[in-house]
Amino acid sequence: MSGASRWVFGGGLALSGLAGLYLASRSGEGTLYWTGLVLFGASVFLIFNLIGGAFDKAEGRPPESYRLVGYALVAVAVGTVVFHVLSPWWWAPIASNWHYIDITIDLTFWITGVAFVIILGFMAYCVFRFRHREGRRAEYEPESTKLEGILTVVTALAVAAMLAPGLFFWNQFIDVPEDAVEVEVVGQQWSWSYRLPGADGRLGTADTRRISPDNPLGLNPDDPDGQDDIIINGGPLHLQVDTPVKMLLRSVDVLHNFYVPEFRAKMDMVPGMVTQLWFTPTRTGTFQALCAELCGTYHAYMRGEVVVQEEGDYQAWLDDQRTFARLAAAEAP
Amino acid sequence: MADVTEDAIDDVIDDAVPPAEVPDVELPHAHSWITKYVFCQDAKVIAVQYSMTAMAIGLVALVLSWLMRLQLGFPDSLSVINAEQYYQYITMHGMIMVIYLLTALFLGGFGNYLIPLMVGARDMVFPWVNMLSYWVYLLAVLILVASFFVPGGATGAGWTLYPPQAILSGTPGSGWGIILMLVSLIVFIIGFTMGGLNYVVTVLQARARGMTLMRMPLTIWGIFTASVLALLAFPALFVGAVMMLFDHLLGTSFFMPAIVNMGQQLSHDGGSPILFQHLFWFFGHPEVYIVALPAFGIVSDLIATHARRNIFGYRMMVWAIVIIGGLSFIVWAHHMYVSGMDPAFGFFFAVTTLIIAVPTALKVYNWVLTLWRGDIHFTVPMLFALGFIVTFVNGGMTGLFLGNAVVDVPLSDTMFVVAHFHMVMGVAPILVIFGAIYHWYPKITGRMLNNALGKFHFWVTFVGSYAIFLPLHYLGLMGVPRRYFEIGDMSVVPPSAATLNEVVSIIAFVVGFAQMVFLFNLVWSLRKGEPAGSNPWRATTLEWQTPQTPPGHGNWGKELPVVHRWAYDYSVPGAAEDYLPQNLPPSRVRAAAE
Repeated sequence: MSGASRWVFGGGLALSGLAGLYLASRSGEGTLYWTGLVLFGASVFLIFNLIGGAFDKAEGRPPESYRLVGYALVAVAVGTVVFHVLSPWWWAPIASNWHYIDITIDLTFWITGVAFVIILGFMAYCVFRFRHREGRRAEYEPESTKLEGILTVVTALAVAAMLAPGLFFWNQFIDVPEDAVEVEVVGQQWSWSYRLPGADGRLGTADTRRISPDNPLGLNPDDPDGQDDIIINGGPLHLQVDTPVKMLLRSVDVLHNFYVPEFRAKMDMVPGMVTQLWFTPTRTGTFQALCAELCGTYHAYMRGEVVVQEEGDYQAWLDDQRTFARLAAAEAP
Repeated sequence: MADVTEDAIDDVIDDAVPPAEVPDVELPHAHSWITKYVFCQDAKVIAVQYSMTAMAIGLVALVLSWLMRLQLGFPDSLSVINAEQYYQYITMHGMIMVIYLLTALFLGGFGNYLIPLMVGARDMVFPWVNMLSYWVYLLAVLILVASFFVPGGATGAGWTLYPPQAILSGTPGSGWGIILMLVSLIVFIIGFTMGGLNYVVTVLQARARGMTLMRMPLTIWGIFTASVLALLAFPALFVGAVMMLFDHLLGTSFFMPAIVNMGQQLSHDGGSPILFQHLFWFFGHPEVYIVALPAFGIVSDLIATHARRNIFGYRMMVWAIVIIGGLSFIVWAHHMYVSGMDPAFGFFFAVTTLIIAVPTALKVYNWVLTLWRGDIHFTVPMLFALGFIVTFVNGGMTGLFLGNAVVDVPLSDTMFVVAHFHMVMGVAPILVIFGAIYHWYPKITGRMLNNALGKFHFWVTFVGSYAIFLPLHYLGLMGVPRRYFEIGDMSVVPPSAATLNEVVSIIAFVVGFAQMVFLFNLVWSLRKGEPAGSNPWRATTLEWQTPQTPPGHGNWGKELPVVHRWAYDYSVPGAAEDYLPQNLPPSRVRAAAE
């Protein structure tokens, strides 16, 4: 960079730094405040770099930006870790039995985080240590079987350390306990309906072909198992705390995905088939259900609610619900 | 024989190369301006045509991303789009970036330019088919662009185009939009197949004498393997697209079960939506590597050249490319852990997916080990290569989350996935593309790109895009699903997330602006750039040893080059220069050293 352009560039940076400071002081808080501060910080940093470069040039060192590169690598490594630690954006407290999933994610964060910092740190070291200088020549070493072997083994071990718990808990995730209560969730553009098995503990058969205004979930009217099924159209789904739930998922039109972030579990609902997932709600409260598979224009507004209650409250709610037989009778002329 | 010294005999023996197996060919020659610059059969011109078309459509994708960021960052004040447009724009942005920009630029652009030059051929083996490939690609792009202007607009089904939603009325563009999308993909695949066959056959058949496979630059290994993957993977997308067209236009039920759409019973019955997902991802996962492998190859060459050091562990690098390419065909269902397929598949696909991390990690180690004891020049291509390593490592690490079936359950379909794939197959390969353009522009045009503008471009793009996508992971950790027009009132999300989205949007506008500086640099340097000379980076590979810069028609003048060594003889002890071109005879190396 020539002397003149160094002055012009530096002057521009000084102005942008001042502008940032002004912006921050004026806006008080929020996005503009932080934008201003970042602008100020970046400008100061670049000005110091510019000065460093000028000294390099005066003392005859090659005018290369190794310092900036090295610092940037360190800053990205440290900044990523700091962001991770300080981030106010983190998963909601868990409300199901899947805390093992959280543990596996944490473990993966540790292993990958350490590897990330080591690799970037090594790069930064190389940048400072092996930057081009007059007369310097690189070492000629095409390969090292030993080093590559060691790295392969270490990587394979780290991967296995993440994979093993992953597979172990996946096995639990897909292995539904015998005593789980069946609950059906039906998705359609853009709302959820639910069906509980009623007194006999069994859900009756249903078919998309039978769906009509009188029979919104397509139940088979001739199936005795279905007569006492409880149908919840529009309202929230209630579940009993500490009772394993097997959710049978069905869609009448397009793909949907029933997702309650606090439960961690999630599964697509596919028209033409019944999918499933299971979990045990572990604390009471009201949780928001989201659709997690693009399902058309109003995908983002397809929300539902799950209320987890103690046994007594749950029974009281259940007693208020209407069965399929009563609904059919009410609608008969 | 008495006057022949022993040294001279050694020279002859050392300089010996295998005889030519394929005779030199007569190329089609252009006789008019039209056949020279428009309907041209020279791979170098076709490469520039491919690149310019890809960058033009890429600009459309950039503008779409701005419109989406306006909505996501400022849903109440600055948004100019509604939900329908939002879904149309995410769909088109994704499809353009993955297929029409990245695939076309790496294979059609860099593949066409670099394969003949780097393997020492005069041109592609089938020049006419090569030309046709570009024009068919252009047709595919035009059909794609046309879909913005048909009734109902472009499809808003998401770039994965999952049925039934893609062809039902609750999705924007479910009429003409999706039809044009599918037709455009079919046309693209036809065009790519013409090009892809060319790339593969040229690498296998038209290499210069002495250019064994294990002497080829990694750029060529990457492009070659990616072309093979594409030839095997694109047909799955092709049949998927044809079948969906049949479902839509002829009423068949490949992917359509019994459905009640907005209260109406449809006549479809018995089809499987998941079948489409298998076809799509059987293409879609290799597609990730179709984009990544050329980037791996190119970045290896950038690092070796600008660190003046041989790429560390060349043989391992080659085998890693081949193994990753092979494995990429048996990992596809890791996109489908929560799709409703048989969950037992999860065990198999989690294992294969995490295994693929090992050769990939080895590539990363070998890149950074190439820096070790190197002589690192911080040129603009080197900066982009370093930026690539950072973003690729970051994105690769989050792949270890999503590949591990049970960890994927809470993260799947959230912003974590969006952040992951943007980091690993958006930002990382694009940084390589920029690095590669700064690296090869001098050969293509004969002039250097402006260095100061290049550095500005690098810093804003690298730091900016990292700052955009790092925080988005944390939205996903909270549970924000992807493809949401707005977060709205979500109980797990604190209000501060709105501020986060604002900041991300502001950075996105700045990064987008920096790309305009890059485009300006491309145009400005064409006339005003410093003259480059034939080998400004002092590189070893053949494309820098051409008799003319830019290389003339036929690349090599009268004599085809003869190759004596691998592509990475940098800083060889005892040699006079710190690089030995691949075609420099050993006798001249010895003479220079003495």
